[in-house]
Parts: sequence; C-alpha cells; structure tokens
Amino acid sequence: MNINRLSKLKSFFLKVSHHVTLFIAMSIICIPGLWIVLNSFRPTVDIMAKPPVWVPRGLNLDNYRAMFGGAGEGGVPVMQYFTNSLIISCTSTIIALFVGMAGGYAFARFRFKGKNAIFVGLLLTRAVPGVALSLPLFIVMAKTGIIDTHFGLILVYVAMNVPFTIWLIDGFFRQIPPDLAEAAEIDGCTRWQAFWKVEFPVAKAGVASAGIFAFLTSWNEYALASQLTRSTFSKTMPVGLRDFTSEFTINWGGMCALAVLLIIPALILTFIVQKHLISGLTFGGVKG
Amino acid sequence: MAQVILKNIVKNYGKLEVVHSINLDVAHNEFVVLVGPSGCGKSTTLRMIAGLESISGGEIIIGDNVVNNLPPRDRNISMVFQNYALYPHMTVRENLGFSLKIAKRDQTEIDKSVDEASKILSLEDYMDRKPGALSGGQRQRVAMGRAIVRHPDVFLFDEPLSNLDAKLRAQMRVEIKKLHQKIQTTIIYVTHDQVEAMTLADRIVIMRDGNIEQQGSPTQVFENPINTFVATFIGSPPMNLLPGRVGKNMLEFSGGLILPIPIDFKDIVKPGQDIILGFRADHIMPVGHDLTIDGDSAMIEMSVGVSEPLGTETLLYTQLAGQEILAKMLRPRIVQDGETLTFNLDLGQCNLFDAVTQRNLR
Repeated sequence: MNINRLSKLKSFFLKVSHHVTLFIAMSIICIPGLWIVLNSFRPTVDIMAKPPVWVPRGLNLDNYRAMFGGAGEGGVPVMQYFTNSLIISCTSTIIALFVGMAGGYAFARFRFKGKNAIFVGLLLTRAVPGVALSLPLFIVMAKTGIIDTHFGLILVYVAMNVPFTIWLIDGFFRQIPPDLAEAAEIDGCTRWQAFWKVEFPVAKAGVASAGIFAFLTSWNEYALASQLTRSTFSKTMPVGLRDFTSEFTINWGGMCALAVLLIIPALILTFIVQKHLISGLTFGGVKG
Repeated sequence: MAQVILKNIVKNYGKLEVVHSINLDVAHNEFVVLVGPSGCGKSTTLRMIAGLESISGGEIIIGDNVVNNLPPRDRNISMVFQNYALYPHMTVRENLGFSLKIAKRDQTEIDKSVDEASKILSLEDYMDRKPGALSGGQRQRVAMGRAIVRHPDVFLFDEPLSNLDAKLRAQMRVEIKKLHQKIQTTIIYVTHDQVEAMTLADRIVIMRDGNIEQQGSPTQVFENPINTFVATFIGSPPMNLLPGRVGKNMLEFSGGLILPIPIDFKDIVKPGQDIILGFRADHIMPVGHDLTIDGDSAMIEMSVGVSEPLGTETLLYTQLAGQEILAKMLRPRIVQDGETLTFNLDLGQCNLFDAVTQRNLR
C-alpha cells in the first residue's frame, strides 16, 4: 500500500479514536449533571423507572413549583437557604482572599525564619479531611455558642480556604518580578501603593482564580455545614437538600430541582470569570 | 547640583560582607560607569544608592543631603532596570506618566512632560500600546522615558542593555549617550560589559569582590591598568600577560625569550624580581601590517596558530614564552595556520606588573 495512503489512514483512525475517547470521558463527567437537570423536570415515576427512561416523555416544572410552595406542598425555604449560602460563601471568600493575598505576598516576597516549614505546614492542613474535624468543631462551637450561626460557618470556611488561597496567590506573586514594585517605589510610591497600583493589578487573574475556588468550596461544602448548622436561619443550600428526605421516602425530583438552583450561580460565576480562571491557572502553574 | 558621594559604604548580608567600605565621588552631570564581573557588588552598590537596599555602614550623600535612611521615593532619583520593569497593565503613556500621577501633578503638566519625553525618545507612535506589544528596544526606550519625565537629580542604570541583541545594544548605547548630552544629569550606570563602560563613561569604576580596584577615564584605565585584573578585564581583546623575571638590563621569559626592559620601568625594577609583562594586541603586530612605532621595539618571530579575520583587521593567536597571546594585523592578508611571521612589539606601550602583588609597577 502506498505509504502516504497508509499514513492518511493512520491519522484518520487516530482522530476517530481521539473523538471516541473524548466522548466517553465527557459522558462520564457530564451525564450525572445532565441527569440531575433532567430529573428536576420529570415526575417521580419517570425518575424511579427501571430500566431508566433515557428520552424524557413529559417535562414539567412541578418540582420547582412544589419547592417554592408552602410547607404542606413539599416546599422548602429556598430563598432563606440561598441567602445563607450567599452570605457565608461571599464573606468567607472575601476574608480568605485578603488573608491569602497578605500571606501569599509575604511568602513570595519576604525571607523569614521557618518560611518553608510554615508553608508546608499550611498545605498539610489541607490533608486533613474536613469531616474528621466535624466533631471537634461541633464541640468547640457548641461551647463558644457560635454553632448554627453564619459566623461559625464563615470561620470554618475561612480556615479551610486560607491555605489554598495563600498557596495559589503565592505562586502568582512569585511570577511578578520584584523589579516592578521597586520601580514603583522609585517612581514615588509607598510600599502599599506599589502593591495596590502595580503588583495587585498584574496578579489580578491569580487572585480571581483563588477567589473562585474559595467561593466554590464554600458554596458546595456539605459535610461540615450539615454538622454545624441546624436551623433555617443558618442552613446552606447543600444542607437544604436534606429537607427532601424523610423517614421513609426521598423526594428525588425536589432534591434535583434544588440541586439545579445550587449549580446555577456557581456556573454563572465560572462563565463570567472563565477567561481569568484559565489564564490564572496556567499563569500560576508555570513556576508556582 | 546633584553630586553623589559614597563614604565608606559597607553592605553585609548576615555575616557576609559583600561591599567593603567603598568611597566614590560622582560630580554633577558626570557619567560614571560601575563595571566588574558578576558578584563584584556593583549592582548592590547601585541599589544602595537607589534606596532599594539598606546600607550596613557609611554614608550616601545625594545633592547636599545624607540619604542613608530615606526611602527611594524621597531621593529624587530614577532607575532603569535590566528587565525594563515596565508596568504591564498600563499603556506606554500611562507608564511614562505614572510617577507624575503619583506625585499628584496637574494633568496638563503630566501630558506636557510625557509628550516631551516621548519626543526625546521617539516614542510618539507607541503611546497607546502596552509593553507586551513592544520590541525590546522600544521597551528599553520606554523605561528610559519613564526615568526622564521626573527630571531626577540622578539617573541610575542597572545593566539596561543586557537583554538586547548585539546590534540593538550598539544602537541603544548611542541613544543613551545622546540622552546624556540632551538632559545633562548625573548618571551612574552599572554593566559587566567593558565595551559599554569604555564607550559611555566619563569615568569608569572597576569593581572586584566588593572593592573598587581602579577608577579613571576610559583612556586612563585602558592604558594604565592598576593591576592585572583591570588589564585583562578592560579592553577587548584583553591584555596579553607574560610572566618573567628581570635579568641584567633585560627581561627573561621561559623558552629563552629575552626582551629589553621598557624604558619607563628601567629605574623601577630590580634584577631578580618576578614580573608580568603586559601588552595589548594593538601593540604587537606583524611587520608590514603594523603602525609606526616611535620608541623602543622588539622583533619576535612566532608561528600563527589560528587567525580570526574581522574585515579591517585580523586577530592572530600565537604562542610566546609558553603562553597563548593575541596579536593584531592591520591591512590584513590571508594568513595560513602555522605560518611564521615576524612581529614588532611596541615596548613603549608595555606595562610591567609585580608577579606577587599583581600591581602595575609604573
């Protein structure tokens, strides 16, 4: 066979197998999410059907209507949960970002005793599974009276996110030549001005990506929130999902509808900042 | 008046002393180049003048003020960095006007100064571009523009041409020289490139291991290097050095080579003294391809190992008294490898160094 033809055939098969592999990988990633969205519009009969109904027969908004309805109609305080999630996630993200910027900058720019040990120590805190801390946290918070409050959960999420934001932001500041801040100081800036007017704008992409990760961690966290919040006034959306389970039944349709509402803000945020996110991740990843 | 005076400046990093009590007076409008190999302390010295490094001892005076503890912003200096340090998120115009904006100057004044600087450096066409969209030479000009808009007392340049290719470097050297002529300000310039030092400086300061080895005009340090380090560091190609001994009215070298004692050193050297004879490639040339020599000279036969034709001249690598030396051929012709030529050594241009102290005996 002609060598050119063989090579063409080979590249065609490679391309096909590439697409097939990609399709399988994307299916594994996307099908659970699509299934949740689909189930939120389907009656329980279709959701529970065996074998599963792949092609939807009739879609409706009953689950959403019921979720926003009164207590007797299977409703849950969605708006309250949404507000709780928003307050807790935004506040903890902002605090984690400020601490992360200060810490990341310090690790990137200054020499101090025990710097490496502290840095490794910070990262090691991420090795402890959050749920393992739930009982001690529960006891400490119960004793200090901050259990079942926004403040308590904000504190926990800040502690969870700070090592990560420090690590990520440190990588970004390391990539910015110290000469920039020095040039700004010679141009008349104080150290503080040099940071805000020169270094921060350059590292903005990194700070944005750290912010998104911190936000998503807080927004989606379930294990700790389920232990540390009890009442409607502090429960976050992921914990709210449990409202659809009762002793003998699970309202899968309602649960999926709330899950969709949980996903939407995270999705919107990610789309808005995806440019920063990708450039931020690759930027920080080179030498981070 | 903005002279810069360094009095007994010391810099320590922990227990390690990297700059050892140096003294330097830079006059108003003078162009001083600090030159030396990597790690000699030249950049550290410049950064201490800028206020980017604290000093461990001594005194720095800019104008009439001791500035030891002043932050960089209060020293009225400008600095051009090796990697330009342009603000990547700002346009050229914003970069140029940044310092004036920080100083809260009136917008019309900022625009006027920025336009003036852009004209001096021919940057008018790039004013709305960001640094990422500029070539190396353009970035370097923006960096210089940013330095001149403030009308500082002193300009500091930290190896500003190191990142440019050879052609652009030569071009920028001329631009820096023109800039100095135009703006008439004190300039302290750091480089490891002795060609830059020779071409730009009113005065060259050669540093080694945190000490100033020699300072003087380019011609002074080129013709009368204080020691063998300066002799080999300044000048391209470096000075040839031949170790030998003073005999009776002559210099003896290994391999039986004997040369007359250069007249300037006749009364200085003593018989039996170990010396090093230093001469540049310009002062040892093949007969017929050399310059007229006024004073004493010596004829030496040597075979050429390798020749490097450079167009108007050819460099010849030969062996003399067991050492590889470099000679120069003017009005060159093709030289075969291994060809034996008679060379004329201009003794009046030779230097003698003490073999122990390595210092010039002149």
